[in-house]
Amino acid sequence: MNEEFLNTLGSIIGTATPLVIASLGETITERAGVVNLSLDGSLALAAVLGFAAAWTAQEAGVLDVPMQIALGIAVAMLVGALIATLIGFSSIKLRRDQVAVGFVLTLLAADLARFLGADFTRIPGPQITRFALPVLADLPILGPIFFQQNVLVYFSYILMFLIWFWLFRTKGGLSLRAIGERPEAAYARGAKVQRLRYWYTFLGGALVGLAGVAYSLNVKPGWSSPPAMQGDGWIALAIVIFGGWHPFRVVLGAWLFAALRAVSSNIQTNGLFIFGQEINFPFVLLNTLPWLLMILTLLIVSGGFTERLLQYMPRAVQHRMRAFLRSDPPKALGTRFEME
Amino acid sequence: MKDTKSLATQIAFLLIPVAISLAVAAILVTAVGRDPLEVVDAIWKGAFKDSRKLGGVVNFWIPLTLVSIGLVVTFRAGLWNIGVEGQMMMGALFASWGAQALLWDANMSPLLNLALIALSALGGMFWAFIVGALKIRLGVNEIFGGVALNALVNVISIYMISGPWQPRIGGSAQGTEPFPVPALLPEFSKSFPVNIFMIFLVFAAFVVVMIMLNATRWGLNLKAVGVNMRSALLLGVATERTSMSAFLVCGALAGIAGSYRVLFTFDNLRPLASGGIGFLGLLVVLLLSIRLLWVPLITFAFAAILTGSTRLQIAPSLKLDSSLAGVLQGMLVLFVILFQGVREVFFPKALSGDDEAIEDSVPSASSVVGQKR
Repeated sequence: MNEEFLNTLGSIIGTATPLVIASLGETITERAGVVNLSLDGSLALAAVLGFAAAWTAQEAGVLDVPMQIALGIAVAMLVGALIATLIGFSSIKLRRDQVAVGFVLTLLAADLARFLGADFTRIPGPQITRFALPVLADLPILGPIFFQQNVLVYFSYILMFLIWFWLFRTKGGLSLRAIGERPEAAYARGAKVQRLRYWYTFLGGALVGLAGVAYSLNVKPGWSSPPAMQGDGWIALAIVIFGGWHPFRVVLGAWLFAALRAVSSNIQTNGLFIFGQEINFPFVLLNTLPWLLMILTLLIVSGGFTERLLQYMPRAVQHRMRAFLRSDPPKALGTRFEME
Repeated sequence: MKDTKSLATQIAFLLIPVAISLAVAAILVTAVGRDPLEVVDAIWKGAFKDSRKLGGVVNFWIPLTLVSIGLVVTFRAGLWNIGVEGQMMMGALFASWGAQALLWDANMSPLLNLALIALSALGGMFWAFIVGALKIRLGVNEIFGGVALNALVNVISIYMISGPWQPRIGGSAQGTEPFPVPALLPEFSKSFPVNIFMIFLVFAAFVVVMIMLNATRWGLNLKAVGVNMRSALLLGVATERTSMSAFLVCGALAGIAGSYRVLFTFDNLRPLASGGIGFLGLLVVLLLSIRLLWVPLITFAFAAILTGSTRLQIAPSLKLDSSLAGVLQGMLVLFVILFQGVREVFFPKALSGDDEAIEDSVPSASSVVGQKR
C-alpha cells in the first residue's frame, strides 16, 4: 500500500488520541450515572496547567525531560479529576443539577485557562516524542498506522481494552454499570453507590485531564488563545453518545471524527483535484463538516428518525439494525440517587 | 422573629458565595503578582469613569439583557438553549445582509430600520427553530444541537466575511466594510453613545415576557412542560408546540441582540460578533434560578464587570488578560449554585416555601441528557 497513505492514517490515529482518551474517560463517568459536561473547559485548563508545570520544570532545570513530561501529566490529570469531582460532589452531596454545574464549569475553566495561560502563550516547551514499538512497528500496514506513535497513543489502545474488559468481564464492571442503570437495585445488592460514583467521576476526570495535556505536550504543542482544542470537548461528549457508551465504538467514533477533520484540513491547504482538474469551492465551508457529522450521528443514534427509517426495512433485519444504529444512555444518567 | 432570622440567613447565603468568589479572584490576581485593589479600581474606572464609559456598559447590557430574558423563557420550558450564542450570530448575519442589500440613504423612513431589526429577529428564530425541531421531532439533545449550530453559524459568518462580503480594498477575515450610516442605529450623543430605542425595546421585552409568563395560559403551559413533560401532556398541554414557542421567543430576542452588535457596537460584521454574550446570559439566568425580575439588574452588574475589565489589558501597571472578568462571573455563579445546595441540605429550615417552588422548575439533568425514548 502507498506509504504516504499509511503515514496519513498513522497521523490521524495520533491526532485522534486526545479525543479518544477524553471520550473514554467520559464514558466511564457517564456509565456511573454522572454527566461531566465541563469537558470543553476542562481540556483547556488541564492543557495549560500541565504545560505550565512541565515548562517550569524545564526552565528550572530540576528534572530530566521524561520527568518534566510526567510532572505535566500528573498536574493535568489532577486538574481534570478535581473539576469532575466537584461536579460529583455538587450532585451527590449538594443535590445540584449536574448539567448546570458542568456548564458553569465549562465556561469558568475555559476563562481560567485563558487567564492563567496569558504568560505561557506561544512559547516552546517539552514535548512527548515518537517512540516506535520494536517488532510491532515493522509489521506491514499495521506498523506504520498503529505502532510508530508515542506513548500516549499506545496507552489509549490499552485503555480501550482495559475499560471494555472491566465493564463487561468483571464484577466491578457489573456494579459500575448497575449504579448507572439502576442505582436502587445496585444499592440493595450492597453496592456503595455514592462512593463508586465519586471514584469513577474522579477517574474519568483524570483521563479528561490527560487528554488535555496530550494536546499541549504533543498534538498541538504549547498554548495559545483561543486554545487549539476549543470545541473538542463538545465533540468528545457527542462521541460518547454516538459510541453508545461502549469503549470500542467510542474509539471508532473518535477516529472517524479525526479522519474527517484531517481530510478537510488537507483539502483546505492543498486544494482539491479530481482527475487532475482543480475544483474551486470555498473550502472554509469544510469546517462545518465535523459539526454536521455530529448532528447527523446524534440524529441516527437517538430519537425517532432512525425508528421511522427502520419501518421501511424488512422485518427480519429491523431488530439487528436497531441494535446496531441506536444507542441508549445509562438509565440513571444525570439523576441523583438518595439513600432512604 | 422567625421571619427576620430567615431573612438574615437568606442574605448570608447570598453574601457568602459573593465573598468567596471575590476572595478567590483576589488570590488569583495576587498569585500573578498584581494588586487586587488596583484591579478593582481599574474595573470601576473602566465601567463608570465618565458617561462614555457608562455608555459602553449599556451597550453590553442591551444585548445581554435581551438574551437573558429569552433564556428565562426556554429554561421555564425545561430547555437548555445553549444555541443562543448562534442565534445571536444568525440575527447579526440577517441584519448584515439587510444592511448591505438595500441602497440606504439618509431620507429613508426609520421604519426600514425597524424592519432590519425584525429581520434579525427572524434570523434568530430560524436558527432556534432548527435546534427546536432537532430536539422536539428528531430527539437530538438541544445542548449538542445548539453547540453544533453555534459552530456552524461561526463558519458561515467567516465564509461570508472572507468571501461574498469581503471589503473591496484589503479584504481579510477581520470584518466586512462598515455598513451605510442610515442602516445603523443612531447614537444618542457623542458623550453617551447608546441607542435609546433599543433601551426601550429591552424594557418592553421585559414587561411583555413578564406578563406572558405570569398572567397567561402560555406561561402556565411553559411551566407545566418544564416541570414535568409527561404530566403536562396528560393534562392536555400541546407540549411540542409549547417547547417550540419557547425556542422561537428566545431566538427572536437573541437575533435582535445580535443585530445590536453589528448595527451599533461594531458598525460591521465581524467573526464572533456575538462575543460570548449568549453564554453569559445562560450564567445570569442560572445565577437567578430562572427568576426574571432581577435579570436587568444582574445583567447590568455583569455588563459593568465585562466593560470595566477591558481596561485591565491597557492599564500599564496591570497588563492582565480581560478573561479575569469571565473567571469572576463564572465563580460567582458556581458558588451561588453550590451554596444553594449547602443551604438546602444543611439548613433546610432556612428555606422559604417560595424558593422551593421555583427551584423545582430548574431543568433537571435527566430531562436534558436522557434522550427521547
